[in-house]
Amino acid sequence: MSRLARLTPSLALLPFLLYLTVFLLVPTVTVVVGAFAENGTFTLANITALADPVALTALRTSVLLSAVSAVIGAVFGAVLAYLIVSGGQASWLRRSVISLSGVLAQCGGVMLAFAFIATIGYSGVLTVWLRDHLGIDIFGSGWLFALPGLILVYAYFQIPLMVIVFLPALDGIKPQWREASVNLGANGWQYWTQVAFPLLRPAFLGATLLLFANAFAAYATAAALVSQGNPIVPLLIRSGLSSEVLLGHQHLAYALAFEMIVVVAAVMGMYGLLLRRTARWLR
Amino acid sequence: MRTSPAFRVVRVVLLLLFAVFFFGPLLAMLDFSTRGTNGSRTWAAWANLVEDPELNRAIVASLLLSLFTVVLMLLLLVPTMIWVRLRVPRATRLLEFLCLLPLTIPALVIVVGITNVYQWVTYFLGDHVLNLTFVYVVLVLPFAYRAIESALSSIDATTLAEAARSLGAGWGTVIGRIIVPNIWSGLLSAAFISVALVLGEFTIASLLNYENMQVVIALLGKSDANTSVAASLAAIAFAFVLLLLLSVVGRSRRTEGKVT
Repeated sequence: MSRLARLTPSLALLPFLLYLTVFLLVPTVTVVVGAFAENGTFTLANITALADPVALTALRTSVLLSAVSAVIGAVFGAVLAYLIVSGGQASWLRRSVISLSGVLAQCGGVMLAFAFIATIGYSGVLTVWLRDHLGIDIFGSGWLFALPGLILVYAYFQIPLMVIVFLPALDGIKPQWREASVNLGANGWQYWTQVAFPLLRPAFLGATLLLFANAFAAYATAAALVSQGNPIVPLLIRSGLSSEVLLGHQHLAYALAFEMIVVVAAVMGMYGLLLRRTARWLR
Repeated sequence: MRTSPAFRVVRVVLLLLFAVFFFGPLLAMLDFSTRGTNGSRTWAAWANLVEDPELNRAIVASLLLSLFTVVLMLLLLVPTMIWVRLRVPRATRLLEFLCLLPLTIPALVIVVGITNVYQWVTYFLGDHVLNLTFVYVVLVLPFAYRAIESALSSIDATTLAEAARSLGAGWGTVIGRIIVPNIWSGLLSAAFISVALVLGEFTIASLLNYENMQVVIALLGKSDANTSVAASLAAIAFAFVLLLLLSVVGRSRRTEGKVT
């Protein structure tokens, strides 16, 4: 077979590759190039502008929000996942929790913000009830629309995401391992601390990293909740897109988006490494 | 798993606490969206889903977007994945990498860089909210890929294709009439998850200044919170039903796999 004839089947992949080039690779390359260019020439001005106090504060808040919500999500999500697994493989509980988790973790965004506005917003159901019946004001000075509120609402989609990501790892824990350790004289505490936890640790840490990246890149919830100021990186990118000139640099949105790629890619890279370790044990 | 009575009690208590945290806000949404003046109940906010022209238009736009996204995604992804499996196996890793790439590149980053591309799209097709279809296909790619991939690996595609080819079928027949009917449940899963994702999409539409359902929900939040809460709850419920159906489809696929 000639070289040309061997390449012909590959040609059928062209439409797909072309499509992804236009709608995925070109935008990504545009961001990376845009972060290092101004008016068609190379410059580091946009990147150095990331060290501006406004951008730095946003980055710090974003990292804090992502880290705190990732840890909360990971711990509570792991507990919830364990509760589901201990209820058996094909229970209705398992199926409905997974479906609800999918909705909250992947399609929520704006709607989750409104869920909490309806609950503990100024005229939220819980706020009004507590105000009328117990005289307690949980709305305060509007903490729901600042960092504490963001952490709470982020937990509402981080915990479900943890359930989805962590369930397969828990399913991989074989009952035989427990039987083996009991045979060797271990009690329940020893089994958990010396067998189950060490086995699950890479999966747990990996899932936590995934949650961090998820929170760091999330935009919709914060955009619907926060209308004043740009406390986190995604919202700073929004203002960089809508008002052409921010901090005197037209391309700051590109630089901030580049910053986001770097952070998310680094975190996801570590996640990939941990995943490989997990795969060794949990099949 | 053996369970002690103490563990069973703790388990129920914890599950109840989680239920309060997760269902509390959803019930609050129901209460909030039906709240009238002076403690009365009204379904006016829910009627707005159909009656408010702006919201209605946006809901229709989002439903059409999910339909077009599913169609374009299937047309693009299914023949490519089958072709790679049958004829170009050395492109397997490349295909997987490309399909999972949108997980690493956030939607926010894509939207920042896609302005130029969308100027061209608008130039060719006019300025219409359905233009979002193109970028939504990229958005749902990782999830659709996983669903179809798991269905494809559960059948022996190569043998099926060889059998069909030796009986004189062309490649079009092999893909359309042999492989596709065998991975039907996988395609259904891919379609469901795509619909759920598109209905919930806000980031890209909002920053490209298109009005889909989520954008209008967020917009309404400032003037008519009851209606936007009602729309949110309706969308969450709809997506929940979709994903629940998906889990049932997924289960029947597993049993199918065991039989063959």
